[in-house]
Amino acid sequence: MKSLTNSRRHFRRRKLTNAVMLVLCALATLAAILPLVWILAYVAQEGGRFLSVEFFTQLPTPVGVPGGGVLNAIVGSAMVVAIAIVIAVPISIVAAIYAAEHPNTPLGIALRFGTDVLSGIPSIVMGIFAYTIIVLPQKHFSALSGGIALAIIMTPIVLRSTEEMLKLVPRSLREGSLALGASEWKTMWQVLLPAALNGIVTGMMLGIARVAGEAAPMIFTAFGNPFLSADLDQPIATLPHTIYVYAISPYKDWHAKAWTTALVLIVLVLGLNIIARAFTAWQLKKMGWR
Amino acid sequence: MKQTPQPLWLKTFTRQIQHGDVIFRALTILASLIILATFVAIGFELWQNTTLAREKFGLSFLTSDEWDPVQQQFGALPTIYGTLQTSLFALLLALPLGLGIAIFLAELAPTWLRAPLGYVVELLAAVPSVVYGLWGLYVYLPNFVKPTAQFLNGTFGFLPLFEGPVYGPSRFAASLILTIMILPTISALCRDVLLAIPNTQREAALALGATKWEMISQVLIPYGLSGILGTAILGLGRALGETIAVTMVIGNNRDLSPSILHPGYTMASIIANEFAEATEEIYLQALIEVGLVLFFITLALNVLARLLVWSVARRTPSELRA
Repeated sequence: MKSLTNSRRHFRRRKLTNAVMLVLCALATLAAILPLVWILAYVAQEGGRFLSVEFFTQLPTPVGVPGGGVLNAIVGSAMVVAIAIVIAVPISIVAAIYAAEHPNTPLGIALRFGTDVLSGIPSIVMGIFAYTIIVLPQKHFSALSGGIALAIIMTPIVLRSTEEMLKLVPRSLREGSLALGASEWKTMWQVLLPAALNGIVTGMMLGIARVAGEAAPMIFTAFGNPFLSADLDQPIATLPHTIYVYAISPYKDWHAKAWTTALVLIVLVLGLNIIARAFTAWQLKKMGWR
Repeated sequence: MKQTPQPLWLKTFTRQIQHGDVIFRALTILASLIILATFVAIGFELWQNTTLAREKFGLSFLTSDEWDPVQQQFGALPTIYGTLQTSLFALLLALPLGLGIAIFLAELAPTWLRAPLGYVVELLAAVPSVVYGLWGLYVYLPNFVKPTAQFLNGTFGFLPLFEGPVYGPSRFAASLILTIMILPTISALCRDVLLAIPNTQREAALALGATKWEMISQVLIPYGLSGILGTAILGLGRALGETIAVTMVIGNNRDLSPSILHPGYTMASIIANEFAEATEEIYLQALIEVGLVLFFITLALNVLARLLVWSVARRTPSELRA
């Protein structure tokens, strides 16, 4: 009799623990979403105040002078990201073909493992690297060095997503092409890559979104420039670096501009992210995967 | 006229050349080698550009707490301490939270909610570091971090870890912002680990009469432990190298004080903050050497973590869960 009540109490305690822990798990999820909403709401509210057409079409004004924009940083960000794309995307895609085709050769394993590890190396280290190979010998900061730092950050993202997508292409497509007498590279170029193209584009967009928000490597490479510049060999302003400089300055109106620049950057980065993911989801659904 | 037959290998070779397969394969190998060579070059360049500093300070660079640009004496101990303190504290908070999120996303939430919710959590990883810094400095710090720090100081002030006085910017502020920043990494990877566990494990536990939580805590978590450990190390690696957001909220102070509530430096933030001042070569090299140490630490952590995560992925093919 006594042991029965004991076991009942024991059972109730187990059920209680169960309920409490499950609720805590749900609360943890809520705790992660809360800062996201807080950040987005605050950036939208503070940044929206200063938002105007001039903000996109004018150069920065000195402290205290009203108006002005971040045209130089918008152009500069586009420049360094474009350099990163030109360098990183072709190499990453070609290397991804190797990784997808020969995943178990020594080079294939080294490549996949190496890119995984590379993606965990802090972006500031890439900045220092670009600084030592370009800025130090040239003795001046440049858009090119910023682009190279971003290219190294971008490579693992594009490579891994391309590799994953190539692996998803059905074997029958490849076999059909080879059976028709197409050579290996023709099969890759005209059958497999087009089939995986959408996934590759997604990977590129995620890569762009990632590097467009990088401020740390820019301190040693692109450096910043208050004037409009499109010169590869000259210092150049970027959006994240502009936010950093404005935010840590002692001036109130620069803080306001930091928030507006942050709004521009976050719309750009999150927008790219959301489009990329929605695109993949839609694509996978169309192809019959989930 | 009689033609000598071509040997077989030559035939195969010419055919391959004509079809372009050899060139194509050579190109893919070349691209792979370039990427791996870049990786090696990063380590080599940092090593090469710190020769002066390494010769002058030797190993005392890691153990000295004197960072004096005027006397040209550089020791990285306070920044190493700051990095370890902020990252470990962030991990301490983010690991249980991230695991909870992963459990909710993989085991508890209604099926229709899982993908969108997981996606929203991952968006946290897409917010640029500098936006975290801006928000952290002007919103998070005064409204949340400082009151929490004052409470900790008031309650546990007798411990060296929570010694006052409480300023706004501090290693504590950096830890709390790092917690948010590594949360999506940890929760997404933990979720993948949970999803890789075969369903037979769940069914066996439930059939034996376990409650859902008992199934999770006594079967799933032990089963995926090495993967979760790998995830924790990856999160730690991410926290160690985070630069801009930390630089903006940590207060940038060279002193070596035990309290987490004091302003400090991390390895990444001292490089970002003092780089512009480093006009002398030895100063610049000392900063690059801090970067070199950071490179080796994150390299080691990532190799370890990836080996752990890979070992789990190899052991349990994901098709098992259907």
